[in-house]
Amino acid sequence: MRDITHIIRQAAEDAQIEERQKLTVTVKPRQLHPVVEALYRNKELPFDYLVSLTGMDWGETLGVIYQFSSSADLTQEVVIMTATADREDPLLYSITDLYETAHLNEREVYALFGIRFINNPDMRRFLLNDQWKGFPFRKDYSHDTGLNPVTVISSEIVDVAPCIRETADGKLIEENNPVFDEEDYIVNIGPQHPSTHGVMHFRTSLDGEIVKKVDVHSGYIHRGIEKLCESMTYPQMLHLTDRLDYLSANINRHALCMCIEKAAEIEVPGRAQYIRTIMDELQRISSHLLAWACQCNDLGATTAFIYGMREREHVLDIFDKTCGGRLIVNQNVVGGIMFDIYPDFRKDVNVFIPYMRKRLKEYDDFFSHNPIALGRMKHIGYLSREDAISYGVTGPAGRASGWSCDVRKYKPYALYDRVEFNEVMRTEGDSYARYQNRLDEIAQSLHIIEQLIDNIPEGEVCAKTKPVIRLPQGQFFQSVETGKGEFGVFVESRGDKTPYRVKFRSPSLSAVSVMPLICRDAFLSDLIGIAGSMDFVIPDIDR
Amino acid sequence: MEVKDIKIKAFPAEEFKDNETLQQYIDALKKEGGSVIVGKLDQLIDWGRANSLWPLAFATSCCGIEFMAAASAHYDLSRFGMEVTRNSPRQADVMVVAGTIVNKMAPLLRRVYDQMAEPKYVVAMGACAISGGPFVNSYNVVKGVEQIIPVDIYIPGCPPRPESLFYGLLQLQRKVKVERFFGNKRIKRNYRPETLIHPETGESIDPQIDFDNE
Amino acid sequence: MQLKTMLFYSHPLELTRILEAIDTFLRIHLSPGLATLAEGILVGLLLLATYAMIALALIYIERKVAASFQARLGPNRLGKYGVFQSFADMIKILIKEIIQIKKADKLLFYVAPFFVIVASVLAFGALPFGMNLQAIDFNIGVFYLLAVSSLGVIGILLAGWSSNNKYSMIGAMRSGAQFISYELSAGFSLMTIVVLSGTMQFSEIIEGQRYCWNLFNGHLPAMIAFLIYLISGHAETNRGPFDLPEAESELTAGYHTEYSGLQFGFFYLSEYLNMFIVAAVAATVFLGGWMPLQIKGWEAFNQAMWFIPSWVWFFGKAGLLMFFSLWVRWSFPRLRIDLLLNLEWKYLLPANLVNLLVMVVVVLSGLTLTELFPALFGN
Repeated sequence: MRDITHIIRQAAEDAQIEERQKLTVTVKPRQLHPVVEALYRNKELPFDYLVSLTGMDWGETLGVIYQFSSSADLTQEVVIMTATADREDPLLYSITDLYETAHLNEREVYALFGIRFINNPDMRRFLLNDQWKGFPFRKDYSHDTGLNPVTVISSEIVDVAPCIRETADGKLIEENNPVFDEEDYIVNIGPQHPSTHGVMHFRTSLDGEIVKKVDVHSGYIHRGIEKLCESMTYPQMLHLTDRLDYLSANINRHALCMCIEKAAEIEVPGRAQYIRTIMDELQRISSHLLAWACQCNDLGATTAFIYGMREREHVLDIFDKTCGGRLIVNQNVVGGIMFDIYPDFRKDVNVFIPYMRKRLKEYDDFFSHNPIALGRMKHIGYLSREDAISYGVTGPAGRASGWSCDVRKYKPYALYDRVEFNEVMRTEGDSYARYQNRLDEIAQSLHIIEQLIDNIPEGEVCAKTKPVIRLPQGQFFQSVETGKGEFGVFVESRGDKTPYRVKFRSPSLSAVSVMPLICRDAFLSDLIGIAGSMDFVIPDIDR
Repeated sequence: MEVKDIKIKAFPAEEFKDNETLQQYIDALKKEGGSVIVGKLDQLIDWGRANSLWPLAFATSCCGIEFMAAASAHYDLSRFGMEVTRNSPRQADVMVVAGTIVNKMAPLLRRVYDQMAEPKYVVAMGACAISGGPFVNSYNVVKGVEQIIPVDIYIPGCPPRPESLFYGLLQLQRKVKVERFFGNKRIKRNYRPETLIHPETGESIDPQIDFDNE
Repeated sequence: MQLKTMLFYSHPLELTRILEAIDTFLRIHLSPGLATLAEGILVGLLLLATYAMIALALIYIERKVAASFQARLGPNRLGKYGVFQSFADMIKILIKEIIQIKKADKLLFYVAPFFVIVASVLAFGALPFGMNLQAIDFNIGVFYLLAVSSLGVIGILLAGWSSNNKYSMIGAMRSGAQFISYELSAGFSLMTIVVLSGTMQFSEIIEGQRYCWNLFNGHLPAMIAFLIYLISGHAETNRGPFDLPEAESELTAGYHTEYSGLQFGFFYLSEYLNMFIVAAVAATVFLGGWMPLQIKGWEAFNQAMWFIPSWVWFFGKAGLLMFFSLWVRWSFPRLRIDLLLNLEWKYLLPANLVNLLVMVVVVLSGLTLTELFPALFGN
């Protein structure tokens, strides 16, 4: 840590460095880029992974919180904050030249906070339409619905990307760059399309069947969950996390619970920890099964899709019996879990484990070695390790590119430091590696459950909490490994019963931001297949 | 005709809730009258329509996954002849709006609805599609799809279980079965277009306008 | 036309007698010209009715078979086991609104489905369904069938072109490339059998397979031709794993994205009928068509086989092949366009050309089973 402070001091003399939950550095806007670059180019421990980029409205100032980590060691983390007092036309410096994942994140911050980033080549609003009046995440945003009424008149998509460039002599120039060439044959894939896994919108320019360029549009399910959270108490927020990445609902909720528990210093009973871990792994299995099913369906194998869904129902039955929810498991609460497990839980899970192992073999027989399937997946959608890190692609997709990024291994939470499991890694980086990673992770999850299921200790399932939970002033982070990758929660509290700002780090956003790269020069059919292999969930991207 | 006469296989009329509303519809339709031959033909057509409702899944979020689960092996939507999910709105009969509709999506939802061929039905699946659900206070969420398109059936839940979806679709079958093809007598649907305002002029929009301009 | 050899056996369930009775009845009451006209109309109507019935039956069967592969039940609400499901679909589709697309090429958009359905009806009409159950027995039957079945692609191309929709356009272009490529393979593999049987007339091809199906008669080259015909026939009908023109997960509904109501119904029907036609041609040309299983010298056995009417044999053989087609469709993922064309131009076509040559050699040097073992298989 001393080295890091040294590097930061070298780049910016007057940076404020504090030891909070994480090492937190506050810099002036102009110093941001040099500091980040120094960290990025640090030889021993390069901070080359931008975990999250959070827009902030601190009342007087508007700013951004960057959370960096190192791809070599995820436990090393730095938080950098910067802010500008100009609320009329706030300008900050872009770091898109260092981190590819910053592109969409900075555009999102522009849409929600109105902060524009100098040197970002594409400064369109990401989640909202260009016509949107006001910036909804600012604290002074008017909630008058008449300002932005519901309409049925669609607005034209303008393929022009404005950008602010700083010249060598420090002048700012505004430019407009066309996104597509004049003669491009543009096909809209989405937002209402069977294979975009929701409401993703890829504007794709085609040359015959070959994809020339993909332009990602999103926000067709931007529900403003983070803004809603700001007016809710901490226990109320929980059910919104379930509806982000609904396939990893339980794991998301676990993350927020842990974040609150850590901040409020609530001790979670041992029995609850066991049950949480088991439920997380079951949820991971169901998420991977659906991902497998959808990927097969995208490649045209409907029967495989139905098989995946069939096995998934067995997991859902266990959820159903535990707490009545199928897709969305309302089990985790602050301090533990809401319901204890039902008497036959152990039996059901013990029946499920061998059943699922048998099915995994069936999947291999049925689909994994099918020559057509191999032709559609091998050497398709290649993602290199460097790109995976730069775009922040975590989870099975990141590990398929050879990046060891399992949060359960690096920053163990719940019981993951006590169970034995392998981090499934592959280095091919293609669709097939991602496909196989998911199936292997199901096997690993079964292995984890097996170690825990017979040793659940007796006792309380929920710690006593105060009727109104207030977090102390400060910034709190927590990340977990969902089915899609690293899911992060950031809460800034001012000591109230409601948070000041909440931000969710979405693994799917990274997965979708890498699509233009790995789909370039692929076939149109492969675009769909690659999207299936990246396994993103749209409400997680739009939040 | 009474509610009892609308037969759904293996599901007696008493097991449905809210038969009174349906009875009111039927009585209203009965007042219009009609000849016997036409009535028989109507019955045949309604039988065909009710049993061949091909869905278009307008799935935006969690409810879409439950729709998929309903179509899969465990629940099997195909028993009712509804497994032919058409991805092209032109060929679909019932649009299942599964999930939150936000302001950015609203025009697209309306366009897809306008692209469907008559007779078309709309099922609002889940709390979000009915009213905005847990996100009702958000700045960007449509508070019920009936603001944009007419709705035939509401299926509550967050997300509704596949069983609820089936119940809703069977209710839709019953509604379809009392319609009259000749004379184009259809059951009243919920539609509140008064909130539609043109974003630029600020004037209200004619709800009958067809936005299918491609 | 009566085939002399059939007269040895009694065949109580054949439709021959009914047909003859109708023929005599018409000829007694009408002038010869009118009688022929009436018969023509009757045959036409009958064909159309059979066409619709087979299509509806196939749609139902496919849904049931797919369901059983996928551990589901399939339609089961209308009638026993849901057998009336397709009728409900038909009634609905018949009265569904046909949408007029703005900015589309109206005329071409309107005629495209007719091209597709007319092509498949024309091909369907020439099939030999059973003994004396053939509308017209061309002496160039195989050639005629190849010619009319390739008309359908024009309809598909027109549909894609006139819809003013990019998905349709891509689907139609894929279809064009796919259809023309695989038409070659299908044609060549049928030619291989024409070389073997020495005729293009369906009745003679069937008659030639009395004691030994062409599949076995031409042994190795015939089996290769059979395999290639099944693959390319499957590809021509645009069904999975060759369903690129529709490619639900990529192009929503491909070339018929913009079609609704009855026009879509035409595409839907012809897709299923084309599957039937391919299976029927394969059954006729390779598996002996409507000819019951016959073994030389076993007169009692042969008579027993003839008690099962010929049209049952025909539909049975075609049905078996269709089941394979469904099996493949519901098991495999979809090919990509380049893999698809690779398969045809780099593997199937060269193999086919060589195979045709091999067949010529086999026939010329008398290596067919009928010539090698005339006592067992010879006519």
